[in-house]
Amino acid sequence: MELAFIIEKFALVTVIFMISLTVAAYSTLAERKIAGYLQDRVGPNRAGPGGMFQPLADGLKMFFKEEIIPTDSSKALFILGPSLALLTSLIGSAVIPWGESIQIAGRLVSLQIADVNVGILYIFGVVSLGVYGIMIGGWASNNKFSLMGAIRAASQSISYEIPMGLSIIALLMATNTLSMKEIAEQQHGMNWNIFYQPLGFIIFLVCSFAETNRTPFDLPECETELVGGYHTEYSGFKMGAFMFAEYLNMFLASAVMSTLYFGGYNYPGMDWVNSMLGPLFGPLIGMGVLLVKIFAFIFFFMWVRWTVPRFRYDQLMNLGWKVLIPLAIANIVITGIVITIFDKL
Amino acid sequence: MEPLSNRKKVLEQKPMDFWERLYLPAIFQGMGVTFRHMFKKKETIFYPEVEREFSENWRGMHSLKRDEQGRERCTACGLCALSCPAEAITMIAAERQKGEEELYREEKYAAVYEINMLRCIFCGLCEEACPKEAIYLDGPIVPADYLRKDFIYGKDKLVEEPFKV
Repeated sequence: MELAFIIEKFALVTVIFMISLTVAAYSTLAERKIAGYLQDRVGPNRAGPGGMFQPLADGLKMFFKEEIIPTDSSKALFILGPSLALLTSLIGSAVIPWGESIQIAGRLVSLQIADVNVGILYIFGVVSLGVYGIMIGGWASNNKFSLMGAIRAASQSISYEIPMGLSIIALLMATNTLSMKEIAEQQHGMNWNIFYQPLGFIIFLVCSFAETNRTPFDLPECETELVGGYHTEYSGFKMGAFMFAEYLNMFLASAVMSTLYFGGYNYPGMDWVNSMLGPLFGPLIGMGVLLVKIFAFIFFFMWVRWTVPRFRYDQLMNLGWKVLIPLAIANIVITGIVITIFDKL
Repeated sequence: MEPLSNRKKVLEQKPMDFWERLYLPAIFQGMGVTFRHMFKKKETIFYPEVEREFSENWRGMHSLKRDEQGRERCTACGLCALSCPAEAITMIAAERQKGEEELYREEKYAAVYEINMLRCIFCGLCEEACPKEAIYLDGPIVPADYLRKDFIYGKDKLVEEPFKV
């Protein structure tokens, strides 16, 4: 391993890390702003111009609050819970291809931290791990309500991972690869997977709402029934870590959806732009396009949150097991038939 | 019995049909509604900078009035305290001395006049009870404070600013 490679990867990891954290922090502000605008209000506007420093103020507040660890909790697990939630939501972005390779001083630098050839499986593993943070946190609190919130989160995640995986299988049949990079490259220009897998995308979208515990599937957090949810006993920065993990998950889900279905860094007319701007700035524009797609998805998440009421718990399970799984299987069958017919022709 | 207005609608609960069970059409319809609201006029009033206009008969902080010659109108009859349903008003009466004629209108005046703003319910009965037109609830919002004792407003806060005739 040469030094330049290590430096290049380290720089990329730092940049992606910073972008994730900044986006997650400003998602909290965006959430409140969007909530305001959808309800004919203006949202926070006191901290800095237009409320720009609100995330800083919130973070500072969380930091200076007293952190209470309940006496009867298992202390190590109580601390491990939010840490794990934060960790798992951060490591997911390692396999996202953020752009085409850029050329710096004659070196071709890949804008993907790790080109794992089973990138999609890696993402699935990380997303499934995410529920452990919530589960451990809820269990370690030694509180009935926390435990119930954690159980809800766990059963919801497990139920919705199945249709999510099935919808991905149809996508894999269409793309013939598990590598995120190859999937992104195949969608060159406007050749996006959404046009081949519209039903699969809708299933994936619904499931990612459930996986990130967002409305209309935000049952793990419920003031009316569970006092708070899995984080009832948490305060201060550990509480902040849970909230932050939720927004990071949303960012990751948006990135995955943009990459798998909406072409990632590809956009129509990218060849022309790349030939005009050269091998350094062209791919960076692509990265910007990917970020715009991600922000659009984050906006969509929030838009849905401030529109739709939540499902009842039995409706949630009904939708997951009786609607989405059969639909996803039907999608696989249809995809298989279509692929076979097109191969014969 | 005949309904007075014909606006009553009988809703019947029926199981959702296929279109409703898809959820998505209804969700997109709702999202259209919320999206339209994004561009509507915002109702927010930026309070410390912009103050909302009060209605004509809005009842705010009390003020003890002066007459045309700048003398305090209150004669400490105690009718306001008596009418007050929250018992927020107390006063101590005193007799007007020689040489104070330009300060107080009647022979008797309120040496101490206190309203407990935490008790006051701003009903305006004191205003109606006053025979001398001495008290009106025409002031601004009573501001917040840190200590309970600071909510007991004396004459220094209640009496109108003296004016030259």
